[in-house]
Amino acid sequence: MLSLQEAKSRVLEDFSMYDQWLDKYEYLIELGKNLSPFPEEYKTDDRLIKGCQSRVWLHCEKQDGRLWFSADSDAIITKGIISLLIGVYSGRTPQEIASDDFAFVEELGLRENLSPTRANGLVSMIATIKKTASDEQ
Amino acid sequence: MTIEELRQEFPSLSASVNGHPLVYLDNAATAMRPRSVIEKWNDIVTNKNSNIYRAVHTTAALATKEVEQARECVRRFIGAESTKEVIFTSGATASLNMLAFCIGEAFIDRGDEVIVSAAEHHANIVPWQMMCRRKEAKLKVLPVNERGELCIDKLQSLITPRTKIISVAHISNVLGIVNPIREIADICHRHGVLLAVDGAQGIVHCSIDVKALDCDFYAFSGHKIYAAPGTGVLYGKETLLNALPPYMGGGEMIANVKWEGTTYAGLPYKFEAGTPNLAGIPTFIPALEMAVAMRCKPVIDNERGVVDYILEEFGKDTGIRIFGNPANREDKIPLFSIAVEGVHHEDLALIMDKMGIALRSGQLCAEPLMDSCGVTGMLRASFAAYNTLEEAQYFIKSLYRAIDMLR
Repeated sequence: MLSLQEAKSRVLEDFSMYDQWLDKYEYLIELGKNLSPFPEEYKTDDRLIKGCQSRVWLHCEKQDGRLWFSADSDAIITKGIISLLIGVYSGRTPQEIASDDFAFVEELGLRENLSPTRANGLVSMIATIKKTASDEQ
Repeated sequence: MTIEELRQEFPSLSASVNGHPLVYLDNAATAMRPRSVIEKWNDIVTNKNSNIYRAVHTTAALATKEVEQARECVRRFIGAESTKEVIFTSGATASLNMLAFCIGEAFIDRGDEVIVSAAEHHANIVPWQMMCRRKEAKLKVLPVNERGELCIDKLQSLITPRTKIISVAHISNVLGIVNPIREIADICHRHGVLLAVDGAQGIVHCSIDVKALDCDFYAFSGHKIYAAPGTGVLYGKETLLNALPPYMGGGEMIANVKWEGTTYAGLPYKFEAGTPNLAGIPTFIPALEMAVAMRCKPVIDNERGVVDYILEEFGKDTGIRIFGNPANREDKIPLFSIAVEGVHHEDLALIMDKMGIALRSGQLCAEPLMDSCGVTGMLRASFAAYNTLEEAQYFIKSLYRAIDMLR
């Protein structure tokens, strides 16, 4: 398994391959489509990430001291974004996640290329992942 | 005036976004502003900046003249009897809130009823809900049929002796269908019920003659009809406005203020407390001049061409569900709200934004209508007179490309 730093670099590298934002979206759409199926029974209100305009569910399981995330959304680009995030942070220890600065998200340039409401959604996703990790410490 | 000449008058139409020429299809949210409106605003703040009505100095007189000239322009544009019937507000939402509050104070007792339609904007639902709650009155809902047309045949049976007012949109901001206001007014008045019209979209797409419509109140915003944001109008029949109490206190709305009590100014000032939007209101003058100029044959033909083209294109794809498809196509304005099977409206709006197209997605300020349509949101393209058929074609091409990416 890649280290957290390596996983971030990989995502940044993949993302920077595309010059055009439309192509970057296409990449996110692919990520969204390839995300593992999320059990219907997990689509509960307590798993909904608050602050997103489309619905996003996040589920977390702890195994051998590491957190494993799964997620879903009814909007595919949002699903791609959460997929990208949990791809990087799944399998890390709560300490690793809670102490991370999530600065690579800024480097992706995602936030300024989303509408303000979507950008808020991204902030909410990050906050929820961080909080889940803090609670598990 | 050709469409190309018309476009030249709107500087913001030549913007580029994301490397593409801007295709602005969010006109139902707010319209672009013509150069004449920008110049008028500029002239007021540069040369005539002064508070209106009270001061004796020359600049104040110039500013006052502009606002009162704007009132006369609005009066003429909507066919009101007198400028006393034209109240300036900050927008359609403010107009409807003021109306709902004042109607509640003047005419609503416990157990009375108010009717709105199932296709209203939140601004024509929530103020009535708030008032009904305060007055312990009942809010009833006039349904729409599958095509999005109001079920006028059900209106008669919905009215009871306790019904005091009906408030409906002239054109729903989701369905884009011109509602038969005159017919509704006749039914209302036969039963002694008042009729208020939310004209936020209607003022843009219909020739308004409040006397011919015979509505008792008509509310609209300035910014959707090319004037400055933060401007709006509430029209009301003079006798009714006289029967309503004021909404807010202070400023020009008073006659005399004594500790024993205050007497109020006459119409329309009774309802214009505080400093009005003195830079924005005069922009109604060039904005309405533009609106009148737009009602020429080439512009109307272009608009009908867009409606025909888009409806036909949508009809070809069974995965596209269009909300608001009236039996009589003449009743449809170029405003199209859709849901695409298997594709989220927000994804479409986001991708098409990168293609240079400004659209609206989500609940469109009409959550009850979304619920009754069984969707979490829609994608809306709303055209204005200055949008071309080529833009409509680019919209359709881009929509199909976005759908391909997402499916």
